[in-house]
Amino acid sequence: MLLLTAGFDPFTAGEGEFEPPTIGEFYPEVIAFEGTPFALNRIMLIRLLVTTLLIVLFTLWANRFRKSTATGQFVPGRFQMFGEISLNFVRKSIAHEQLGEKDGDRFLPLLTTIFFIVLGMNITGIVPGLNIAGTSVIGLPIILAGAAYVTFIYAGVKAHGVMFFKNALFPAGVPKAFYVLVTPIEFLSTFILRPVTLALRLMMNMIAGHLLLVLCFTATHFFVLYSDGAFKAFGLLTFTFGFVFTLFEILVAFLQAYVFTLLTTVYIQLSLADEH
Amino acid sequence: MTIGIHELLMPTSASANPLIPAVADIVWSAVVFAILLVFFWVKVLPNFKKNIDARTEAIEGRLAQAEKAQAEAAAKTANIEAEQAEARAEAAQIRESARAEGAAILAELKEQASLEAARMAETAKKQIEAERQSAIISLRAEVGALALDLASAVVAQNLKDDKNASSMVSGFLADLEKDSKKN
Repeated sequence: MLLLTAGFDPFTAGEGEFEPPTIGEFYPEVIAFEGTPFALNRIMLIRLLVTTLLIVLFTLWANRFRKSTATGQFVPGRFQMFGEISLNFVRKSIAHEQLGEKDGDRFLPLLTTIFFIVLGMNITGIVPGLNIAGTSVIGLPIILAGAAYVTFIYAGVKAHGVMFFKNALFPAGVPKAFYVLVTPIEFLSTFILRPVTLALRLMMNMIAGHLLLVLCFTATHFFVLYSDGAFKAFGLLTFTFGFVFTLFEILVAFLQAYVFTLLTTVYIQLSLADEH
Repeated sequence: MTIGIHELLMPTSASANPLIPAVADIVWSAVVFAILLVFFWVKVLPNFKKNIDARTEAIEGRLAQAEKAQAEAAAKTANIEAEQAEARAEAAQIRESARAEGAAILAELKEQASLEAARMAETAKKQIEAERQSAIISLRAEVGALALDLASAVVAQNLKDDKNASSMVSGFLADLEKDSKKN
């Protein structure tokens, strides 16, 4: 319990008083380099921790792959198999499915990076002791959506040159007069809303999940410790909610990683397609 | 959900707008993203792809190898079968020729034997004929002599007595008999 509510600042929650979680949750105090562009707070540390863990895990896998290639021992062990399934999920189920093998492999580094960053950063939201998602502050979603944005425009320009913008803004088969209406809509949806929705969908999901969990567990804390008699039973109810939402957050963490990567892939695919 | 969040967001200070990123937030996000992008691009994915490709190649290579071995074995079996058939045919031929040869030898022997028998029979016939001839010749000579003896005796007796002539003939015959017994 104590660990699960670690993101909750005990000093703002006065004794015996129920304090709902606030947006301040996502702006913990700066620990180091205050006032510089490298100011570190808890969430930035969580991001660095996740980055380190991802590098350690995937280095182990990469070394295993290299060893397997070098020795010709092609029957994978359980650990290697797990790495293969993880990487193949992005490679086969997302990239190859949408883009085909050639283009899928071309954009695979970005897609793999996006998927595992989002999954890794999301999952910290339910890891005891961390309790907040690395993606719940807008910076990382903006960087990821920006990468997706740059990549799908790059893919379109590389494939069709300037015609990419013409195809995107002036879709074929529409009477010329309608372009007055269609072109602004297309511009808005393709070049503004795509990256914005990518970033906001991810961040809002993580913020909402975190607030729900904190709400459930602070309520449990309050009911069990500071309420009288029958109200203590509410604590059990709120705890059950918290537990169920924790499980739900695991699903959401995975689902948001999948959705972010899939949508990036679909945008690239739409840019590569001959007719927009 | 949005309304709920909105309500939760409301009581906070104006400085904490979750949609406006702090500089440090962007900086650290970019650092994290750049590190991981390079890491996946340079280290993880190339090794992964190489491993997958090498495995596919190995599996295909082994399949081809197995196919080749199978084809070789089939060829070997066909070869052996052909050789066996050839050997069997050869054996049959040898047997056949041996039988023919045996028959030929048998026929030759039979012919030889019958020729020999015919020759022997011929020889025997000739010998018998020769003996008969010599017997006839000797008999003829003896009968001549005997006839001469008889004639001379008859002539000598006739001069004396007719009666004596008959006794002389009987005596001659008796002598003849004695002679033949003596001989």
